[in-house]
Amino acid sequence: MIGVPHAEDIQMSVVEIGDGTAVTKVPYSDKLAGDPETRVIHGGVITSLLDNACGVAVGSKLRGMGGGIATLDLRIDYMKPAAPDQDIFAFVECYRVTKSIAFVRGVAYQTDRSDPVAAVSAAFMLNSSEGRAPGANLKAAP
Amino acid sequence: MTPSAILKAAADAGTKPDLSALLASVPYARHLGISVDRKGTEITTILKFDRKLIGNVMLPALHGGVVGGFLEVTAMVQLVFEIAPLTIPKPVDINIDYLRSGRPVDTFGRAVITKQGRRVVNVHAEAWQDDHGRPVAALRGHFLLRSDS
Repeated sequence: MIGVPHAEDIQMSVVEIGDGTAVTKVPYSDKLAGDPETRVIHGGVITSLLDNACGVAVGSKLRGMGGGIATLDLRIDYMKPAAPDQDIFAFVECYRVTKSIAFVRGVAYQTDRSDPVAAVSAAFMLNSSEGRAPGANLKAAP
Repeated sequence: MTPSAILKAAADAGTKPDLSALLASVPYARHLGISVDRKGTEITTILKFDRKLIGNVMLPALHGGVVGGFLEVTAMVQLVFEIAPLTIPKPVDINIDYLRSGRPVDTFGRAVITKQGRRVVNVHAEAWQDDHGRPVAALRGHFLLRSDS
């Protein structure tokens, strides 16, 4: 994901984009562990991976239309710890789009999608920029 | 020191765990640049802004995963401070509401334990930037205290 500083920071990449689906990947790194003894990757990395996958899936469903998108909420269930030294993948699908909202669900996994590390369910606001120029959010609060 | 060594040392001494040492012992928290400020029983976590935390360069805005990860660390710190477990509590499920885009400035976090059971704790955490009354994101979640159950 060139141009996304945090994606570059944790070496997150897009593996596959379908019609409303996306697969993303983050490689294992000791610096992203939540506990140096178990070496299990921190939940925040899974959150970044899933959030990014959801965004890509929504973008593919909209095929570039619909202006900016913004995450409304994200629910993540952690099923089991991710094994150290193995890549983590996310597979998500944007299964419904309304005028304003996109609904997404998916999993994070290592070797088998049916044996996930985590599951996600998320909603995204479409056309979140509403025609405002980038940076409009930087103006001082009223 | 490892997180469990820090937690055990505090339990043995009958004191609160050293939260700064704890954060320094968690690689992910250290990587993001999270620190903690304790004033008595009030704990505030701080996510110092860095360009590597950006998820959208156009706005620009912090990555949603970074804000979520910061809230998860904030919840963990509060749990460790109040409950003093012997291992780091593990998240079972989390729900993150993104309320405003996270601007490229420092972010602060606080958490409150809503309900403590024997094995599972419910926590609410909030992140804000310059105005505590205008949070950028909120987390609700359950954390498991013991891994043997």
